[in-house]
Amino acid sequence: MRFSALALARNAVSFHRRWPQFWRSPEPRPHYDVIVVGGGGHGLATAYYLAKEHGIRNVAVIEKGWLGGGNTGRNTTVVRSNYFYPESARLYDLSLRLYEGLSRDIGFNIMLSQRGILTLAHNTHQMEMLARWLNAMHLNGIDGELLGPSEIRKWAPLLNDSPTARYPVKGAVLQRRAGVARHDAVAWGYARAADALGVDIIQNCEVLGFLREGDRIVGIETTRGRICAPKVALAVAGHSSVLAAKAGFRLPITSYALQAFVTEPVKPALSCVVMSMATGAYVSQSDKGELVTGGALDLYPSYAQRGNLPTLQAAVAGLLELFPCFSRLRMLRQWAGIVDVVHDSSPIIDRAPVKGLYLNCGWGTGGFKAIPGGGFVFAHLLATGRPHPAAEGFTLGRFTSGAMIDEGAAAGISH
Amino acid sequence: MLHISCPWCGPRDEPEFRWGGELPLVRPGPPERVCDEAWAEYLFMRDNPKGFVRERWLHALGCRQWFVLVRSTITHEIRATAKLGESLPEGLA
Repeated sequence: MRFSALALARNAVSFHRRWPQFWRSPEPRPHYDVIVVGGGGHGLATAYYLAKEHGIRNVAVIEKGWLGGGNTGRNTTVVRSNYFYPESARLYDLSLRLYEGLSRDIGFNIMLSQRGILTLAHNTHQMEMLARWLNAMHLNGIDGELLGPSEIRKWAPLLNDSPTARYPVKGAVLQRRAGVARHDAVAWGYARAADALGVDIIQNCEVLGFLREGDRIVGIETTRGRICAPKVALAVAGHSSVLAAKAGFRLPITSYALQAFVTEPVKPALSCVVMSMATGAYVSQSDKGELVTGGALDLYPSYAQRGNLPTLQAAVAGLLELFPCFSRLRMLRQWAGIVDVVHDSSPIIDRAPVKGLYLNCGWGTGGFKAIPGGGFVFAHLLATGRPHPAAEGFTLGRFTSGAMIDEGAAAGISH
Repeated sequence: MLHISCPWCGPRDEPEFRWGGELPLVRPGPPERVCDEAWAEYLFMRDNPKGFVRERWLHALGCRQWFVLVRSTITHEIRATAKLGESLPEGLA
């Protein structure tokens, strides 16, 4: 089924009761060419690009809960590619370019809104860091501009730019191509497009263990039986360590809760995404009018998909230093996703130490923006056995060799 | 908000504390004989378990002492705290 004005009119006549299901819910078959574990954005994008780019359509996506119910449904929907190192710029800008064409590619409106992102500096030292970061972005071919206070005022008039503010606004880097996209639509759109190409999407199916033949993994044991495949791909974010333990190895990952929250909806008040280096707070306004905001990681590792109050308070305090007029808004919802944090804040897209198993993890707090790119390069690795040129360097071995891609400071937020 | 019972000061609120990593974590040595793989294991590789875990915590805004804490990463329940070197109750180590 394709969406069109005609289809909309036809379904309006039948009171929208006859739209077909977006994807099938098949029983798992005993054998596939590739099993992708994790029905979030990365897993579904991987399955889609396996089918579309590499013609590998005998693929299953296995999901413990429901599609996009993990971090894909729990983020703040920001997409950007303003990274520091050339490796990161290649990967994240590939992702942003894929996002730019995604609605057309998968025939599903992901509501990409390239409204620009402002990363604020509040003192001379942060201004120097911003200038250095912007130079790196330009060398990597990424768009960006340095704005002064008077230009920032035009972009975000409600920002507290008083010279006596606790965090005076000295300047900002603007990436115009950055923005937000509709998170659920990304998951649903990829699922629908992958399903149309023959991918089996199997929800409510938890992986209990791995099937082995000698030193090789040849499939998975699930709550819905055994499923075999010569290649098993993990795209499970915060639960990567749990599945790695079942396969008998460890990862350089620590799982934390990352919170986000929205206020009650108000009329348009903020036209871009604003991020502050000093307070760690970031905020944008959704199309519904809610302010979507978040802050730093919770203080200790967790698999509980809810955040703790001290971190929430710190994030709100940071937000109100920037936008004092938001203080009267009430919070509507608060939630947390379990993010897979590695020491250099860069992903791992590589073969696992066990044969037949592949890893797409370590995205930490920034997985949503990387969904199309992460899926694209992971599918390339699975299909060809070689890393995609845009994913070179993002190996597990870098933690042994020391060739880190340390975006910890350059990624724009403190983790 | 967690209430953490510091073995030196008694129960205090979570913001006074800093998480300091999972246990056990033993530094390999002597340094000149440690290979890259062993350094990577020590520095970066973690169990990161889903369930109860033994951790090192610092009472940063209190007595500044490090101590051991047994906590669930699913429910955040704290089973026990103990001074470094002190043995934990049976079945929790």
